[in-house]
Amino acid sequence: MTALGAVSFQSDWWEVLQSGFMRNALIGGCIVAVAAGLLGYFVVIRQHAFAAHALAHIGFPGATGAILIGVPVTLGLAVFTIVGALAIGLLGKRMSDREISTGTILAFATGLGVLFNSLATKSANTITNVLFGNLLAISDDELLTFGLIAAAIVLALAVIARPLTFASVNERVAEARGLPIRALGMAFLVLLALVITMAVQVVGTLLLFALVVTPSATALRLTARPAMVALLGTAIALVGVVTGLVLATMFNLPPSFFVVTVVFVIWLTVLAFTPAHRRSAPDAGKPRSPALP
Amino acid sequence: MPDTPTPIGVLSSRPESPDDAILLDDVSVARGPTVIWSEGTMTIPRRSIVAAIGPNGSGKTTLLEALLGLLPIATGRIEVLGRAPRRGDDRIGYVPQNYTATLGEAVRAWDLVALGLAGRRWGLGRLPPADRQRIDTAIGAVGATPFATRRMSQLSGGQQQRVAIAQALVGDPEILLLDEPLANLDLRNQREIVDLLARLRIDRGVTIVIVAHDLNPLLSVLDGAIYLLDGHAHYGAVGEVVDEELLTHLYGTQVRVVRTATGDLFTRSAP
Repeated sequence: MTALGAVSFQSDWWEVLQSGFMRNALIGGCIVAVAAGLLGYFVVIRQHAFAAHALAHIGFPGATGAILIGVPVTLGLAVFTIVGALAIGLLGKRMSDREISTGTILAFATGLGVLFNSLATKSANTITNVLFGNLLAISDDELLTFGLIAAAIVLALAVIARPLTFASVNERVAEARGLPIRALGMAFLVLLALVITMAVQVVGTLLLFALVVTPSATALRLTARPAMVALLGTAIALVGVVTGLVLATMFNLPPSFFVVTVVFVIWLTVLAFTPAHRRSAPDAGKPRSPALP
Repeated sequence: MPDTPTPIGVLSSRPESPDDAILLDDVSVARGPTVIWSEGTMTIPRRSIVAAIGPNGSGKTTLLEALLGLLPIATGRIEVLGRAPRRGDDRIGYVPQNYTATLGEAVRAWDLVALGLAGRRWGLGRLPPADRQRIDTAIGAVGATPFATRRMSQLSGGQQQRVAIAQALVGDPEILLLDEPLANLDLRNQREIVDLLARLRIDRGVTIVIVAHDLNPLLSVLDGAIYLLDGHAHYGAVGEVVDEELLTHLYGTQVRVVRTATGDLFTRSAP
């Protein structure tokens, strides 16, 4: 029998879906989807998807280190990603330009993660959970923590939404108008670190992009109204998590795969059926002024 | 009673007139240990349109940053509308260079102008009707109404520049500072932006400082120019600045000033 033979429809999926760990997975996943969808708008308008990627990598040794010293994974992730966020904030947004030093630091972080894991346990299971997420392992305590973190994120965003938007799209003007653009940038990165702390446990560090960046980027293809982008991005993330979980239960396969696949399919569909929002032709139809001799 | 003539050379002791929009008194600006320019002494009257010209790296943008309070001056005194420059002065509208370079596809023109009015407000909540009215008015004043709901990435360079000016204008500033607003625009769009600025001066009484590379598109509306020459900042009325010797020195290449039969003035680099 081939490995593919193991994939089969689970006729008892509805009962499985109603079990306790599934309930935690659904609620936890939805909490993360809402936080990621809302913050995703700012990740996209700040053109700072790179930070999400980098913080996910920095979180990896945080998670395995937490297991090593026996503290909650959420705490390890939060400490590492927040410290990483502050470092990125201090180095400035242009850190993404320094590709080589950044790539080297991220590789080192990942190496550190492997070391911590090896010291903590010989099992590859933990490392798989951190890299690819394990929605089904969310405990009651973690659910409560997620709820509190998400509430803090939503509250903070409600307060800083407008100034953060201004600082994101018109940094120079916002600075001249007296906004604390550095502090806003830092606040954004810390919120991103918190979202990533949660999202790593849903889809893992390697697939995180699909939950934090792709839903908002997809929404932005459909509308540019800020509130609509945030709502639609959140909706896409929610559909990904819920549909992904149901499909995972039906076929008894990892939820991460289905969550990412659903988001991917929505993204691909939207990409195929919406135009790029660029200028088609410069001043099409109007006579161009001739260049001076 | 006869007017007392202002003696030349004692400008620094002259009490500033409320008619001055900008006053510089022996100002020098530096970035770190490097002095960008010094001995900047000038007054720019309200409602004037002034160009800031000079070679690359002579400190034109630095001048705007000093006026905005973004860069503390090294020595001297600046007054903008009677007060020392400070960040967050609502009486100044600012359009930085390469304004649209970082915008991407995310923002609609209307929302961008709205940020000029409400971008500093904390908390959520819909904008009150009076604010929405002001945003629409500013968009109308620059002729951007037909494309107000489109994304910035879908607009032409000239349209983007209009939106940028509307954002600077929406708070009803008394001074507009524009950094290279005509760069990358074709002649027709340059003409339209210059006409727009001339109209804003008349309709709203704003004082306008324009950092520019090329004086020609601006000559018809300029009152004078700040020129950054040999590490010093000077101001001259347009008749003094549009001078072959000065411009040749300024740009480091031979410049001719030509007046056509119809009275139009323009400069060109000599062969």
